[in-house]
Order: sequence, then C-alpha cells, then structure tokens
Amino acid sequence: MLRQLTALLSMSLQTLPQRLGSSSVIVIGIAGVVAVLVSVLAMGVGFRHTLADAGRADRVIILRGGSDAELNSNLTRNDVDTIANAPGLAKDAAGKALLSNEIVTVVNVPKIDTGTDANVTLRGVGLKLTEVRPELRIVSGRMFRPAVRELIAGVGAARQFRGLEPGNVLHMRNADWTVTGVFESNGDVHESELLADADTVGSSLERTGYSSAIGLLTSAGAFPAFKDALTTDPQLKVDVQPEPAYYAAQSKQLSKLINVVGNTVAVIMAIGAMFGALNTMYSAVAARGLEIATLRAIGFGALPVLLSVMAESLLLALLGGVMGASLAWLFFNGHSVSTLGGAFAQVVFKLTVTRALIVTGVVWACIIGVLGGFFPALRAARLPVAEALRAA
Amino acid sequence: MSEAIVSMRNVVKRYERGKQTVEVLNGLSLDIPKGDFVALMGPSGSGKTTLLNLIGGLDTPNSGEITVAGQRLDRLGSGALARWRSNHVGFVFQFYNLMPMLNAERNVELPLLLTHLSGSKRKANALAALTLVGIADRAKHKPAELSGGQAQRVAIARALVADPTLLICDEPTGDLDRKSADEVLHLLQILNRDHGKSIVMVTHDPKAAEFARRQLHMDKGALLEAGTLA
Amino acid sequence: MKFFPLIWATLWRKKTRTIFTLLSIVVAFLLFGVLETIDYAFAHPSSGVTGADKLITTNKYSITLLLPYSDAAEIHAVPGVAEVTWITWFGAYYQESKNFVFALPIDTDSYFNVHKDEFIVPENQMRAFRGTRTGALVNSALLKKHGWKVGDKVPLHSTIWTQKADGSLDWTFDIVGTFDARDPTQASAQAQTVLFHYEMFDEGRSFGKGEVGWFEERVTDPSKAADIAARIDALFANSPNETKTQPANDFALSFIKQFGDIGFVLRAILGAVFFALLFLTGNTMMQSVRERTPELAVLKTLGFGDGQVLELVLAESLLLCALAAVIGLALSYATLPVIKTALQGIELSPSALLPGLGVAVALALVVGLPPALRAMRLNIVDALADKH
Repeated sequence: MLRQLTALLSMSLQTLPQRLGSSSVIVIGIAGVVAVLVSVLAMGVGFRHTLADAGRADRVIILRGGSDAELNSNLTRNDVDTIANAPGLAKDAAGKALLSNEIVTVVNVPKIDTGTDANVTLRGVGLKLTEVRPELRIVSGRMFRPAVRELIAGVGAARQFRGLEPGNVLHMRNADWTVTGVFESNGDVHESELLADADTVGSSLERTGYSSAIGLLTSAGAFPAFKDALTTDPQLKVDVQPEPAYYAAQSKQLSKLINVVGNTVAVIMAIGAMFGALNTMYSAVAARGLEIATLRAIGFGALPVLLSVMAESLLLALLGGVMGASLAWLFFNGHSVSTLGGAFAQVVFKLTVTRALIVTGVVWACIIGVLGGFFPALRAARLPVAEALRAA
Repeated sequence: MSEAIVSMRNVVKRYERGKQTVEVLNGLSLDIPKGDFVALMGPSGSGKTTLLNLIGGLDTPNSGEITVAGQRLDRLGSGALARWRSNHVGFVFQFYNLMPMLNAERNVELPLLLTHLSGSKRKANALAALTLVGIADRAKHKPAELSGGQAQRVAIARALVADPTLLICDEPTGDLDRKSADEVLHLLQILNRDHGKSIVMVTHDPKAAEFARRQLHMDKGALLEAGTLA
Repeated sequence: MKFFPLIWATLWRKKTRTIFTLLSIVVAFLLFGVLETIDYAFAHPSSGVTGADKLITTNKYSITLLLPYSDAAEIHAVPGVAEVTWITWFGAYYQESKNFVFALPIDTDSYFNVHKDEFIVPENQMRAFRGTRTGALVNSALLKKHGWKVGDKVPLHSTIWTQKADGSLDWTFDIVGTFDARDPTQASAQAQTVLFHYEMFDEGRSFGKGEVGWFEERVTDPSKAADIAARIDALFANSPNETKTQPANDFALSFIKQFGDIGFVLRAILGAVFFALLFLTGNTMMQSVRERTPELAVLKTLGFGDGQVLELVLAESLLLCALAAVIGLALSYATLPVIKTALQGIELSPSALLPGLGVAVALALVVGLPPALRAMRLNIVDALADKH
C-alpha cells in the first residue's frame, strides 16, 4: 500500500506544475494566515518577555496595600525604614540592606513616529540601584549623579521617544533635566523607562514619600519569612510580591487581549484559507479524474488514492506555513513597538518570533491543509471508475 | 431564385500554422441565391468549415469580396460583424453548443438580449421559436435533460429566434442517430420551403445532403462541381 | 438588467466552486468589517467629554501630576470660558480589580454646567444627590451590571486615595440616583461612570488636599477654542504646575494614539487577507472562463460583441464580490455588539463598513479583468475548433 501511495503521490506531484495557478492558492492563502498569526502572537510573546524578564524570583516589590500598581502606591519614609530592617534582605559589605526606595511617575515625552505626547515612566531610584538591579548596564554616556537633575534612558525608550540621547536636556516641571546615558537591562520593562535619583525626583515633584520599595533577598526561599514579617507588622499596610508575580499581573490583561485578537483573526482567516484549499483540491481531483479512474481500474486501492490527495494538500499547506512563518520572522522579528502597558505608562517591546511560534504556525497550516484536502480526497477515492472512464 | 444571398469573389484565406502558411481557400468564387438550401460536402481539411465561417461572418478573408445578405463582410470590423451576425445569421453546430446552465427557453432567448425587445416580448418570441421546432413542451428543461435530437431543435430555435435570413449549419446531424437526424433535416427543409430561410449546411453524410436543394463539393480549397436536386 | 439571468446562471455553473469562493470572500469581508470598525473607533475616540466647545486642562509634564484647585478661579476669569469644573482620577474598582469603576469626584454645580444637558437625571434624584454628602449618581448600565439599587450603600476601593480617618482605601457611597447620557453614542463611554461629591472626597482624603487631576472647560465660542486654550496655559506658564490645555477630542485622540499604531496593524492584517484573496478569486475566475471558452465563443457567434463579452465576465466577477461583500459586512455588523463588550468604552460606528463596498468593487475589477480580457480577445474560429 505504501508503494501505491508513493507512486500516486509522485504522479500527482509531477502534474503539479500544470496546476500551478490553483495550487498557489493553497500556498499563498495559508502563508497569509500563518504570517498574520505568527506576527500577532509574536507581539504577545514580546510583550510578555519584556515584562516577565523584569522579574527575579529573589527580588521583591513592596507597595502600599491595595494599590495594585506602583503608580498608585504611596509609602512613607518610615515605611521604607521599617522594610529595610525586615529579615531576608541581602546586605552589602557595610551591612546595609539592598533596598531601592523608588518614586514612579509618568512624564510626557513625544513619540518619534507620531510626534504626539506619550506617558513615559520616570522612575526615581535609590542609591542601591546597581546592587539591587545588577543586570543594569550603561551602553552609552554615563550613570546619573544623585542630587543633581540628571537621568538615564532605557534603550527601548531612547528608540521610541524623542530627545533621549545623552547630552539632551528635558524640561520638566520648571526644571531642566540632563540625559547622561542610555542603559540596557536584559530587554526588560525598565528599558522603556527613564531612571533618576529618587530624592531629586521627589523634591522636583514636591513629594515626600515613595511609590514602592524594591528589595533583593538573600534567596528566593527567604520570601515567605520576609513577607510575613512585613504583613504582620501592625504599623505597616503593604502588599509584598516577588517581581515575577507583580509583572505577570501587570501584563496579564494586554497579553490576553493580544492572544485573543491574534487567535480570533487567525481562525477567521484559516476558515477562508480552508475554503480556498477545498476549491483547489476539488479542481485538482477533477482535472485528474481520468488519471485516477485509470489507476483505480488497473488495481490501485481507494485508500492510497485518498491518502495521496491529502498528502498533496498537506505538502502545499506545509510549504505555505513555512513561507508564512518565514515572512513573519523576516519582517517582524525584533521589530520594536510601544504601547500603553498596564498602568498608564508606555512599554516598549520587540516582536519576538520564537521557535514555538513557528511550530504553532506550521501546525495551523497542516490542520488547514488536512481539512481542505479531506473532502476532495474522499471524492477522488469514491470516484465511480466506469463512469469516469466513459465520460472521458 | 433571383437575388443572391451569398456572393463570393476570388476569396483567399490563409492560416499561419507556426512558421508555415496554409492556404485554405485559393481564390474561391461562389453564388448562393436567396431561398436556397445548400449542402456543402467534402473531405476533412477541404476548407468547408473555413468557407462556412467566412459566410457566417465569424472570420474575414485575406483578400476577395464576400457579400452576404446585401452586406460586404470583408470590409467590416469585428464589432460591426458581431452586430451584423445578430441580425442576419443563425448558427447550428454539431454539438448544439447550448449553455448548460440555462434552460431551453433561456438559451433561445440569448440572441434577443442584443435587441431592444421587452422581457415579455423576448419570452413570447422564444416560445414561438420553440413551438416552431416542435419542442415547446421542453421549454423549462436544461440541455442535460434533453436528448440529442431535442437539444439540436433547441439550437435551431435559438438560430431562428432573431428571424435571420440565413441559417448556417455545421454538421447539424453529426452527433445524432438516424431517426433524430432525419427529423432535424426535415425541420430544416420546412424552414427552407415554408419559411423562406436560406440555409448553408456542411455535412459528411450523403443522406443528409439529399435533404438540400443543391450539393456543393469541395476539395483542397476549391469547389468541384455544382449540382441541383429537387 | 436583462443580462442578469445569464450572469447569475453562469456564476453558479459550478456550484461547489462558487460557494467555496464566495465563502472565502465572505470571510475576508467579515474580517474587513470587524477590523475597520475597530480602526474607525480608535481613530474617532470618545473621552466621554464631547463637543467642540470643551477643553481639557492637564498638567503639562504628566497626567499623574495634580494641579491646585485654586487654578479654577483663574481659568474661569479667562474671557470666553463659560464654565470650568475640576475632576480627579479616583482609580476605583468594586470588590475585584477587574470590576473597574470610573468614579469621579465632581463639583456638582460647575460639572453639570460644563456638561449642560448632556445627562438625564430624574429631578428628585438630583435633589437627593445635592442633599446627600456621601451620595453618588450611578450610570444606569453600571447599576444593572452589579445589581445595585437606588438606596444601596456601595463600597468602592480606590487604588490611590487613602481616607484621613482610618487610612483605608475603601470608600462607601449612598446610591441616590442614576444618570444616562443623552447622546446615545456616549452610552458606552459613560457605562462605567459613578459621580460623587468633590467636597466629601477632598475632606476625606489623607493627602493631596486642594489638588485636582484636571479641569474641564466649556467655552462660549468653539471657533476661539485654540486661542482660549493658549490663554489658559499662559496663566500658569512659569508656575511649578504648568498646564496643557487642548480640545477634549484631541485629548482623547492623543490618549488613544498611545496604544500604538493600531491602524497599521489592522491594515497589515487586511493586506495579507486580501492579497491571498486576490489569488484565490482570480484563480477561480480564470479557471471558470477557461472552462467556458466554447460557450463564450457561441455567445460571440450569436452576435455578442467583444466588449459585451468583457462586460459579462466583469459583471460576473462584480456580482460574486459584491454578493460576498454584502454578506460579509452584514455578518460583521451582526458581531458589533460582541466587539462592543470586548472593547469596553469604545463606540462603534457602522459607517466604517461602507468603504467595504468600494473595496469589493476594486477587488472585482482586479480579479475580473484578466479573465475578462481573455474572453474579449477570444477568437471564435479557434475557440470553436477546440471543441472538435
């Protein structure tokens, strides 16, 4: 039977060039579906990577209880001092807790492509910044100095928003801030932000407290004890979360939306492509009716005929799937975009076409190919031999 | 039989077949009087169909004059030829060439779509033509539901419906059994005799040719002889 | 019109193929309708503040920075400003964070004067609202959504504002009435809104006293709006709290733009869809014309001119595309309510669907032209000879 199948398949593939026009319908239709599916999902993956990569399980974020996001939260200096004394925090050589007290606000900076103002996060950070966030690396210019109005910009922000090159001056709230450098941070969400000294930001905003405190623990295992210490303190009313949990919650809604939109659009397109595949394969079967009837007459089985038609459809679909995924990868992998993330602030992220996404795309292509090939294959297998021969 | 319905003078028709030039008709002249019924016979490749196409205005000659129903066809462009065909000739083919998706009545109505007749008038004329060929009871049937003889009658009705002066029939009985063929030929005879239609018919079949008033024989692009039959 | 039965019959010559082609085009136009509607909605956003006579004043440097309440009096003094009111972002939800509530502390008199005749509030309920310090007016859709009733006490959790009394983020309101937007296109923009008293908010909050989120102004002459906006901003030009005043519609548009170039994404998807569709439909039309070569030749022998044959094929393509487009767009119209629930606060307009008909005509011409030209150039003698 396998021999019959290969014989049939090679025969149909040899006549394929004559049916180039209609066969290309399957390939191009499915390439379109897969390209759209992979590109949209790459957006979701990129967005998740950006927010998820900000997380380290041994790093915690402390907010005022019930605040949900840093932008809403408010911690007093007393709160921060209490937190610094909690057990489980890593210490520096001098025995000081690795805790960065931060002030988060958003400032208007125009987007490069549209020229309209966008909400860019300005994050005032504590003096322990580089120890709490060892992944942070200056790629051009230099670090800001405390107590002067200087800031550094994430590479993502520098790419998307105007005037963030080192040496530029930003005017904010009656004061001039100098951009001293651009930093990288493992591609995480902080690359969409501007960083400056917390107390300088605080005085500029006339704000006495902080938004959040970011602490590095001795290990991820120290988290429960650390959390208990803070949440059982009657003087404090705070929410304590490991960073991954916080950022997952921040990105949940948008990445869910992207996935729902991507999948819905792709399902609708896939239905359209399937009709196209059905058309192509029906006409392929019709064009080869005499050939198939002759083969059946000389003893080829119905099943090999059925399988050979499905195999042809599958091959064309596979080709389309690979083409679509490659197109998505070629044009969009690494493409940088920005959107309004969880809390009113811009998140810059890159479309990321992962191997898993390519596999997903190709699997979709195969499903369309199999569904689009099945009914025509059935017709070919059921072809009444005598009638088909006579009609010719 | 005074006036000529078809008049051809020194007609030359060549075809390019790749690099070769084939001269199908070489200076052919022919007159067919009005009201005649001519059977055109000859072996394959003798130029019968080419002659028929020229008379029907489907093709134009390389040189020579062709006058059909008072119109010099060799001077007309394709658009004018199309308009002329719709007014003056009706075609009947070996394989009927009916539109498979239209029923008999709609098929017959097709040529009338090119006129300014109203919908109801078109329908009435189509039915009249179907009645004339004796197949009005099959008006709502599609070609696939008709026998060969019935389908050819519908085709004849379509050729007649715009009331042309000339009917051009290319092997009209070539695909029919003897009985149906005789019926169709008899119908053509009636159309010629009682309705004054001039008919030019190409056929291989000597029995079919006997139904005509006159037989013309062709070979290698020229007419061999002209005979008249009752 | 007399050719319609012929074209219609020709279209359905191969039923299966036509149905599959039709369905593919239907799907494409369904997608077109849905995506265009979303695109249209994003390009014509509604902030819930409507009318060319409305301005919004925010902090120049950040929407999260507050402005002193005392600015209101200065803004009011600007010639051309008919009324000014002040509002603050309360960041509320009910019970769970997914139950977002757009709760706004308002100054009753000036708020309803800026938004003159925009809300329907039963008179007795308005009286009750004015008379109840902890009173709240709830949008009737929101009331229904959470099963609240007038007379209920409802706790709302603010993610920002702690209460002076106990440091709690939970604020309790007495529902004294409901309101609806008079303009039905504003219904979804208002569907999450709760209005309560600024006085109660300002006295109750533990910090930020006397500071507000933004100002909304109504101007007497919309044609002078830009000028008035510039005058307002000039008032605070050298203060620590510089302002940015812009027409309400621009404010909404610039906010929506922050989501990124949604239009580009949608159009890229549609581009891929229609590119694939061109191949599919074009191939079907070509195949169909190729199969009917003898029939087309017969039409020509009957006296149909070359131009008429071209028109017949184009008309068939047009009929196919238009029929599918109408079905697809109708289906997408039917999905509007679903999208509306998915994209809360976005008002959808069926007028985004109309360009779809133009696209259908363009598609029909592009896919119909090559086979139509082929049919037009068809030589009768050769085409008839094929059959024999």
